[in-house]
Amino acid sequence: MNNSLYETLIERFIRVTGVLVILFLALIFMFLLREGGATFFEVPVGDLLQTRWYPNEEHFGLLPLVLGSLMVTLGAAVVSLPLGLLTAVFIAEVAPRWVREVLKPFIEVLAGIPSVVLGFIGMLAISPLIREYLGAPTGLTALSGSVMLGYMALPTIISVAEDALDAVPKSYRDAALALGATRWQTLWRVTVPAARSGILTAMMLGVGRAIGETMAVMMVTGNAARMPLTLNSFLMPVRTMTATIAAEMGEVAQGSLHYHVLFAVGLVLFFVTLIINLVAAWTIFRQGKRYGRLLS
Amino acid sequence: MRKPLLVCTLLVLLTACRRPEGGAGEAGVAIQNVGSDTIVNLALAWAEAYQAHNPDARIAVTGGGSGTGIAGLINGTVDVANASRQMKEEERDAAEANGIMPVEHVIARDAIAIVVHPSNPVDNLTLQQLSDIFSGHITNWADVGGESRPIVLLSRESNSGTHVYFLEQVVRLGDKHASTLFSPDTLLMPSSEGISAEVRQNPNSIGYDGLGYVTPDQKTIAVAVDAGGPFVQPSIETVNQGEYPISRDLYMYTAGEPQGAIAEYLDWIRSPEGQVIVGELGFVPLEVE
Amino acid sequence: MSRQLRQRLGFALLGITTALVVLPILLLVGYIVVQGASAISWEFIVAMPRDGMRAGGLWPAVVGTVLLTLGTAVFAVPVGVAVAIYLAEYAQDTLLTRVIRLAIVNLAGVPSVVYGLFGLGLFVIFLQFGASILAGSLTLAIMTLPVIISTAEEALRAVPQSFRIVSLSLGGTRWQTVRRVVLPQALPGVLTGVILGLERAAGETAPILFTVAAFFLPRLPKSIFDQTMALPYHLFVISTQVPEMPVRIQYGTALVLLVFVLSMNVVAAITRSRFRAKRQW
Repeated sequence: MNNSLYETLIERFIRVTGVLVILFLALIFMFLLREGGATFFEVPVGDLLQTRWYPNEEHFGLLPLVLGSLMVTLGAAVVSLPLGLLTAVFIAEVAPRWVREVLKPFIEVLAGIPSVVLGFIGMLAISPLIREYLGAPTGLTALSGSVMLGYMALPTIISVAEDALDAVPKSYRDAALALGATRWQTLWRVTVPAARSGILTAMMLGVGRAIGETMAVMMVTGNAARMPLTLNSFLMPVRTMTATIAAEMGEVAQGSLHYHVLFAVGLVLFFVTLIINLVAAWTIFRQGKRYGRLLS
Repeated sequence: MRKPLLVCTLLVLLTACRRPEGGAGEAGVAIQNVGSDTIVNLALAWAEAYQAHNPDARIAVTGGGSGTGIAGLINGTVDVANASRQMKEEERDAAEANGIMPVEHVIARDAIAIVVHPSNPVDNLTLQQLSDIFSGHITNWADVGGESRPIVLLSRESNSGTHVYFLEQVVRLGDKHASTLFSPDTLLMPSSEGISAEVRQNPNSIGYDGLGYVTPDQKTIAVAVDAGGPFVQPSIETVNQGEYPISRDLYMYTAGEPQGAIAEYLDWIRSPEGQVIVGELGFVPLEVE
Repeated sequence: MSRQLRQRLGFALLGITTALVVLPILLLVGYIVVQGASAISWEFIVAMPRDGMRAGGLWPAVVGTVLLTLGTAVFAVPVGVAVAIYLAEYAQDTLLTRVIRLAIVNLAGVPSVVYGLFGLGLFVIFLQFGASILAGSLTLAIMTLPVIISTAEEALRAVPQSFRIVSLSLGGTRWQTVRRVVLPQALPGVLTGVILGLERAAGETAPILFTVAAFFLPRLPKSIFDQTMALPYHLFVISTQVPEMPVRIQYGTALVLLVFVLSMNVVAAITRSRFRAKRQW
C-alpha cells in the first residue's frame, strides 16, 4: 500500500537524522584533526609548551594562550558561580510568584544578548572604568573579560540550577519545616544539598560556556600574549585561545604551519569543552533525568 | 542498509553544488579587494568613488590584514590584495607553487606615526628609544623624560603589514639579522582604530599607526634617527622629502598582469583623480610625474 | 540573632544578589537605548551605508542577518524536529540512543569559534562553497541543532501519553499519530524552541567570521554563493575597525541588533504562553 511505503520512508528519514547528529560531531572532530593534526608532526611538542606565541617567526608556544583562557574563565567563574547560584535560589525558592514571573524573562533577555554587544559595551563603558578606578595600566584586562564572561555564563547557570532546585521533591521541604526548621535553614541544609549534583552541572556548563566565548573576550582583554602568572595579572591584558583563532584565522595561507597550529588550538578547545560536557552529562544521566533546559 | 544510502545521497547532492566560476569584473561578479587594514578605508573610498563614476563596476572591499589579502591571492580567492608591506619570499614561493605570479603595484605612500595621549609631556624619541620601548626594555615613561607611569604598548595584530614593517624597521632598527620581538605585554589591537581608541583615552599608552589614522585628539611624536639628529614630525612633506624616518610604500598585488576591469581600476587609482582621495584620507599621494 | 532575623537578612541578601544580576542588564539595555536611539530612523534601517559606513544605513547587514537566519532555519528545523521526534517517539533506551543524546549535549558545548573553524574546513574549503550564505547557514544550522532538538523533544514529551493511546487505538499508525495528533499539540512548544535557537544564530559572530561575513559589499547578495554583511559582524567592525565612526551610529547598530534579537525573545515568550493557555491537558 502506498501509504505504508510513504510511512516507511518517513520513518527511515527520522531514524537517519538521529545518526546525523553523531555524524556532525564526528565531522567536527575529524576536520579539526585533519587540519590540526599536522601540527604535531611539524612542530615538536616542546615548542608548543613554550611561553612565546609569535607565529610570524615560528614561535608557537601555546602556554600564554591556554593560561589566558584559564585565567579569564577562572575570573568569570568567581563572578558567576556565586551570583548564579544565589540568584537561582532566590528565583526558585524565595521570590514570590509575581517576582518570579518577572525575573525569568529577564534572565532570558540576558541569555539572548549577543556576545558582540557585550564586548561592545565592555569595551566602551566597562574597560575605562577599570582603568580609572582600579589603577590598571589599561582597561583592557583579564578582569574586564572575566566580568563580561561572567555575565554571559549567568543565564546558563541560573536556569539549570533553578531546574535542579525545582526538581527537589516538595516532601523534603515539608519534612524539614515540619521538624521546626525555618525556611532559610531548610533551604541551605536540605534543598540545596539535595540539588547539588544539578547545581554542579549548572556550574560546569557555565564554565564550559565561558571557556568557549570569543567576541566578548576579543574586544576587552587586550589580546597580549603574556604569561599571566600572578594575581596582579588580572589587571593586565591577556590573550585567549578563542580570540587568537578569531583574530589570526583570516590571515593564514591554507596549509601553512600557522594554519595547522590554529586548528590545533581549536582541537584543544574542542577537547576541553568535550570533557566538561561529558562530565556534566554523566552527572545528569546518572540521575536518570533528561537534559531539558540545559541546552537552551 | 537504507540509512547510509540516504546520508550519502544528501552529501552527494550538497557536493554537486559548487560556487559558480566567473572572471572578476565581468558583469555580475565583483572584484574581490582584500587585505591591509591600513589601506582598507582608502580602498573603500576608492571603491565608492569609482563605482559612482562607473555604475557597472562592482568592487567588494574587506580588511583582515596584509597577510589575509596575500593569503587570499595565493589561494585564488582574492583578485586584488591590499598590502602595507611587501610580499615575503615564502609567500611568493607559495603563490608560484599555485601557479600564480604576483605583480606588485605601488598605489600610495604612508608615514607611520608614533602616537601618544595628548597629555603626555614627551615630544621627541629616537629610533633606538622606540626600539627599546616596544621590545620591553624601557617600561616607564620616566625613563624617556615623561611622568612616572607604566608604558602601555599598542600594536596591530601580527597579520598586519604595518606590524611587520614596524617590527623590521623600528624594533629591529632595519637589521635583517636581529631577532628582537615585540614585548609579550604588547596589546594587539584588531585595527588601527583600536589603537586610536585606546590612545585617546589612556595617558599611559603609546602606539603606532598610519598617518591617515591619526586624529586631532592624539599626539604625534617627533622621531629622529639618532640622539643628535633632527626630530621630525610625520607629514606629507616630510615623507616626500625623505626626512621622516618611518615611511613606506603601500601596495596592491594582482595575480599576473591585470586585465580588463581590474586593469582599468588600478589605472584609475594611480591617476590624479584617484590620488586626490589618498591625500584626503591622510596618506601620501604618489608623486605625479 | 534570632532565627527569624537571620532568615530575613538572608532573604534580603539573596534579593540583593539577584538585583546585582538584573540591574546591570537593565542598565546595559537602557544605556544602549539611550545612546543609540538618536541614530534610529527608518532610513537608518533601510538605506545602504555611505561614507565608509559612517553614514547612511544598515540595510545590507539587516538583509544579511535575515537571510542567514532563514538559511539556518531551512537546514536546522527539519533535521532538529526530526531528531526530536525520533528521540521522543521512536527511540528505545539503547546504546545508540544514549550516544545520540551524548552527541547532542556535546554539540551544544562546542565553542562558537570552533564551529567557525569547522565551517571553514568543511563548507568553505572542502566542499568548495567558498565564503557564502550557504556555508554560513549550514554552520549556524549545526550549531543551532541542540537547542531545537532539546526543546522540541521536551515539547513532544509533554503531550500526555493518553493522546497517543487514543490515536493508536483508533487504528492510526505510529507516524500518523505523530503527524496528526502529537506534533500539532506540541507545535507551540517546538516553535518556541525554534525561535530561541534562531535568536542565538542571529546574534553569533564567530561562526560567520570565516564562512560568510564581509566588511563591505557594494550590493546586496544575489545568490546563496555570495558573501553578505551581517549585523553582529557589522557591529564588531564599526566599533573596532573604522576610524571616526560616530559613536551614536555604533550604539544605533547595537540597538538594532538588540531589538532584532530580543524581539525574537518576545515572540518566543508569547508563543510559550499561548501554548500554556491553549493546551488541551
